[in-house]
Amino acid sequence: MTAITLNSINKRFGPVHVLKDISLEFNKGEFVVLVGPSGCGKSTLLRMIAGLEPVSAGDMIFGDTRVNDLEPRDRDIAMVFQSYALYPHMDVERNLGFSLELRKRAAAEKKERTSHAAGILGLDKLLDRFPRALSGGQRQRVAMGRAIVRDPQIFLFDEPLSNLDAALRIEMRIEIAKLHRRLGTTMVYVTHDQVEAMTLADRIVVMNAGQVEQVGTPLDLYSNPANLFVAGFLGSPKMNFVAYDDPALNLPSALTNPSAQTYGIRPEHIKVTAPDKNAHLVGTIDVVERLGSDTIFYINHGADKPFVVRVPGIDRTAIGEKIGCQFQPEDLHLFDQDGQAISEHKNG
Amino acid sequence: MQKTAFPLGATLRYLAIALYVLFALFPIYWLIKIAVTPDRLIYTEGTQIWPSTFTLDNFVSVLFLTDFLVYFKNSMIVSLGTAFFTTLVATAAGYAFSRFHFRGKAIIIALMLITQMFPLLMIIAPIYKIMAGLRLLDSLTGLIIVYTAFNVPFATFLMQGFFDGIPKDLEEAAMIDGCTRFTALRKVIFPLTLPGLAATLGFIFTAAWSELLFALMLINSDDKMTFPVGLKTFVSKFAVDWGQMMAAGTLALIPSCLFFILIQRFLVKGLTAGAVKG
Amino acid sequence: MTMAQTSSSGNGRGRPLKRFQWLIEPYLYLSPAIILIALVMLVPLVVGVSYAFQAIDLLDPFTTGWVGLANFEKLWADRLFWKALTNTFWWTLGSLFFQFFLGLGLALLLNKPFAGRGLVQGLVFLPWAVPAFLSGLNWAWLFNPIIGPIPHWLAAMGIMEKPQNILANPDLALWGPIVANIWFGIPFFAITLLAALQSIPRDLYEAAAIDGASLWQSFIKITVPFLAPTIAITVMLRTIWIANFADLIYIMTGGGPANSTHIISSYIFTTAFRRLDFGYASTLAIALLVLLLAYAMLILKMRKHLVKGI
Repeated sequence: MTAITLNSINKRFGPVHVLKDISLEFNKGEFVVLVGPSGCGKSTLLRMIAGLEPVSAGDMIFGDTRVNDLEPRDRDIAMVFQSYALYPHMDVERNLGFSLELRKRAAAEKKERTSHAAGILGLDKLLDRFPRALSGGQRQRVAMGRAIVRDPQIFLFDEPLSNLDAALRIEMRIEIAKLHRRLGTTMVYVTHDQVEAMTLADRIVVMNAGQVEQVGTPLDLYSNPANLFVAGFLGSPKMNFVAYDDPALNLPSALTNPSAQTYGIRPEHIKVTAPDKNAHLVGTIDVVERLGSDTIFYINHGADKPFVVRVPGIDRTAIGEKIGCQFQPEDLHLFDQDGQAISEHKNG
Repeated sequence: MQKTAFPLGATLRYLAIALYVLFALFPIYWLIKIAVTPDRLIYTEGTQIWPSTFTLDNFVSVLFLTDFLVYFKNSMIVSLGTAFFTTLVATAAGYAFSRFHFRGKAIIIALMLITQMFPLLMIIAPIYKIMAGLRLLDSLTGLIIVYTAFNVPFATFLMQGFFDGIPKDLEEAAMIDGCTRFTALRKVIFPLTLPGLAATLGFIFTAAWSELLFALMLINSDDKMTFPVGLKTFVSKFAVDWGQMMAAGTLALIPSCLFFILIQRFLVKGLTAGAVKG
Repeated sequence: MTMAQTSSSGNGRGRPLKRFQWLIEPYLYLSPAIILIALVMLVPLVVGVSYAFQAIDLLDPFTTGWVGLANFEKLWADRLFWKALTNTFWWTLGSLFFQFFLGLGLALLLNKPFAGRGLVQGLVFLPWAVPAFLSGLNWAWLFNPIIGPIPHWLAAMGIMEKPQNILANPDLALWGPIVANIWFGIPFFAITLLAALQSIPRDLYEAAAIDGASLWQSFIKITVPFLAPTIAITVMLRTIWIANFADLIYIMTGGGPANSTHIISSYIFTTAFRRLDFGYASTLAIALLVLLLAYAMLILKMRKHLVKGI
């Protein structure tokens, strides 16, 4: 069953066309991540789902109700903001229970639901604190707790982790994943961080310049990116792109395709070999990053951008050495002159 | 590292600060000094820093023998009324400027700026005629209406600055939590603008408390006079009774100074928030 | 299915209303302000402009009606107007110059923490709260040689031969209200400039210090450029307010002695209030308005330039 249907949604700010004909369906209970570079319109789309921005054209449907004209408060949603948006003049308990207070629920019910949410998030001891006396992670929890207390049909997250430091971000990411499993509510999550997208999502919507580039499960997008943008956006380090006429490239004719303009290969799918004529690409190591678990080589093969190779474990090959690279045919991504993936020799 | 108790720079700074304080306070001090100088010593000891004898007679006679209390009451009504209505109107307008993008916004802002630009005296004659037509001449209500209109533009910009300092996320969160825009304003935004409201109230109160020329023009009966107008009549009525005038002045200073001391910190803060944006 | 259809058609009807609401809502909040300003300021402004082309003299009720440019011809030939114009210039420039530099100095002093800063800030801003008529009276006193100390100090310092009242001297009288105005106006500049100073990011100064900038250099290279837009706008507003500010002159000298201290705004007030010649008062006001508008345009142009410079 679909929880949210977007039907040719458009958004204009005056003359600026921010979102162009967005059509999507989110299933009930699904965790959907909207991801894309800043300014791609993902936050605007989320705010339109929340009812904070009016829809310029198109239909926004929750279940089978068209909600275009419903106020945010009537949409049965909860939202976690990037800034947390905790009410500074209310203590944690009142922040959590504010939505119930507005709906004039009985004190006992308020108490019960508030302490239930506080229990889930470990906020029990902080109920009488004010937001200014909380750490970043605690504020984040309160913001999520506020949403849990609502027990809404749909959870919305607007870059909720981007104000946290790296360690806390991972911790809260896991927390959110657990929360989704526990509540089973439909969640729509906006981020520009592709790691968050990959780890949290049931399905990812990749957006760019007001349009949807591709929709799919994380692994689907990883293995079969539909175009150069998606291929380059997901994955870290980013996929390498090599022009078909790059002189350093030495592909056997079985691997080439006459309409391919660009070849893409992920850094983790490359085998380092001797720089002989069996190598598919040859270059000199410019920079090495040794992470312990992995070693990352930045190889100069004569193009503007280095060719990045990631090999597992510790590799002692030094800067300045010449190495060769080999790829498996199924790991090679081919793109035509419009940047669209050519999928003929792939199984997806 | 060299350690001096009073390095030259710091000494100069404190000296400069002391001079500013002295310059700011001396005239006020002089006002009070003359107010407590007995009448017979006003001329003989006029230039002394402190009179040889001290008296509260002037205050007593101002309070009980003149219309001072009437003027004071009128000024209180007018200033409080003006401060209240101006803040009310300016809060709504400042909120609209801060939170909405709408057609005609630029024009309205431009019109408000223009009101800050022309000599208010230019409209003193038309206002006189309009007020006469509305039968609001010589009435405190008329004065409150006029003062409120004069102060709304500046107060609106002030309030806008305060609203701009409150993240939009907060009321959006409130609207998702179940508020209408108006309840969000009342329950979430309003409590957070209280310092701003205090600053605006105080600022407008002080401005209304001081206004002289329109009050002179629009008020003429004794029992409607506000403080500045009334004090002006002291000059002619009592053949300049300096001691009483200064005593009245000292008393008149109390409300506006109190208000101002309370709000001046908020004023700097409010302007800072606005300055960051602009 | 039926349910869904009813609800969607219901929303279809609601849609224009919703649009309407988005357009109308800000005006709900704005309408009291707009109505008030329009009725009490903008309409009278238009009426006021029209007065300049009429004879409206309450002391001479028989000659009324449209007179074309007669008032402006009178203005051109009015020696008092030209005198008031010169005075307006010196009054505004003198007040503004000292208010600004003393206010800037005060703001810089208050921008650094020191013991008792809160108290000092409250005290030095106090003159702004003193009603103008009161500070006018008070300063008139301070300048009075019989009961005020200033003439005696000036005489003691040898600046003045014997204690005299400068307010009675046509050549010097304007400086009396100017001094009062400086006293009154320093806090305004100090408050706005202090607010602007506090919004300059600290790390800029730290970066400059690491780059080897002296105090004076960081003042010139960081503080001044950052303050420039605020300065331009505050100076513009203050110029207009000061030029329009007749209270002090009206209280301290009443335009005298021998009309030597009238500025245009006090002249307007006297013309309207004492002589009840509303037509000519409006003509004077228009002259002042035109000058101030030209000035404001100039400053706004300069500000654009300054903002671009950053």
